[in-house]
Amino acid sequence: MENTINLIVKDRKGELHKIQAPTDMNLNLMEVCKANELPVKGTCGGIASCASCHMYIHSQSIELPEPSEDEEDMLDSAYFVQENSRLGCQIYPSNEMDGLEFELAPEDESE
Amino acid sequence: MEKKVIETDILIIGAGPVGIFTVFEAGLIKIKCHLIDALPMPGGQCAEIYPKKPIYDIPGYPEILAGDLIDNLLKQVDPFKPGFTLGERAENLNKLEDGRWEVTTSGGTIHRAPVIAIAGGLGCFEPRKPPLENLIDFEKSGVDYIIKDPEKYRGKKVVIAGGGDSALDWSILLSGVAERVALVHRREQFRGALDSVEKVHSLATQGKMDMFTNCQVSSINGNGHLQKVTLTNKEKSQIDLDADYFIPLFGLSPKLGPLANWGLSLDSNSINVDPLDYSTNVEGIYAIGDINNYPGKLKLILCGFHEATLMVQSAFKRIYPDKHLSFKYTTVNGVNPF
Repeated sequence: MENTINLIVKDRKGELHKIQAPTDMNLNLMEVCKANELPVKGTCGGIASCASCHMYIHSQSIELPEPSEDEEDMLDSAYFVQENSRLGCQIYPSNEMDGLEFELAPEDESE
Repeated sequence: MEKKVIETDILIIGAGPVGIFTVFEAGLIKIKCHLIDALPMPGGQCAEIYPKKPIYDIPGYPEILAGDLIDNLLKQVDPFKPGFTLGERAENLNKLEDGRWEVTTSGGTIHRAPVIAIAGGLGCFEPRKPPLENLIDFEKSGVDYIIKDPEKYRGKKVVIAGGGDSALDWSILLSGVAERVALVHRREQFRGALDSVEKVHSLATQGKMDMFTNCQVSSINGNGHLQKVTLTNKEKSQIDLDADYFIPLFGLSPKLGPLANWGLSLDSNSINVDPLDYSTNVEGIYAIGDINNYPGKLKLILCGFHEATLMVQSAFKRIYPDKHLSFKYTTVNGVNPF
């Protein structure tokens, strides 16, 4: 389908979910996950202010926009941050991201 | 010592924008309010998560910073002299013989009111806990999320993790108290105030504290009491640090908390209400703002303001069953302070 891409999401139990995301509706990865009932909180609503949509991006061949300083700052309050860590709310699916694979990062101990 | 008892008309749980605005709408119809919040300052998410972010959908303000919105709301409700119990979490709910509710906080403060309005947002803010396997085992024996008394750490080995102001400030302060302070952060840059960052670098250079950047805490260990904190650096090699205390400072995140046990009808993390007046299934308890749920619910501050306005009308009937309430515009009546 035009303006729809496929995504593969690994949840915190290691289960894979194949989902689709529109590229023309201004939805970010956090919102796409929530719409597919994946356990992503997105506490702040998507303004890179809470780090509750921390994800690991596994597709190395797909280039994503560089994280902003705000996103880097917010990743400081996430846990187990890796080189491929991003905040889902800061990534807007585009047609070039078709097939993107990512994983939901661990949450607070108390969740 | 006798415990302090606070009596009011509407006890508002949650001092975010919607909780604060409730004071105004209640004040217009001569109803007194008292607010409880787990945070030490009013403002809720607007103060804790995004004080410097602009909001664009507050009527009459093309753009306003969340922190400024809170300042303005506090000014707006000032004529109605609201009471505040801050830094204490609403814990226990009891029904009194006279039909009123009694809420006791984590600080032991007792509040009594005929009506409770829960304006709890996403819940009360609590320290974020790293998902380390055995963290909970050491919560009373070496892991602290909040520093209450720096003297506790005198002569001890302390590992602090985090890259914000609280991690920097406490590292600076404890470097003069503890035997050894190690600050662990995932990257070279810190997001805290520039002078704190410089101070920490200078203390580390002088050998007065240790700084481990590009490192994250990967495990903790001990025998009864915490003894060791293990770090993993970017190259995946491990560093063991002797530690009496581990203090992760990763900010706060909201949790529904004790409200979940108050007998309210819940839908995952929100409270089901009747959209007629935002009453819950428990008589005398209302829920407004982001914490409630009804068909068509939108989690917007402006919707919360509307909910608060309708809710106080219903609360009035409950507080004064025999009184008639006539609706007046503020343009007609003005704002008459208490």
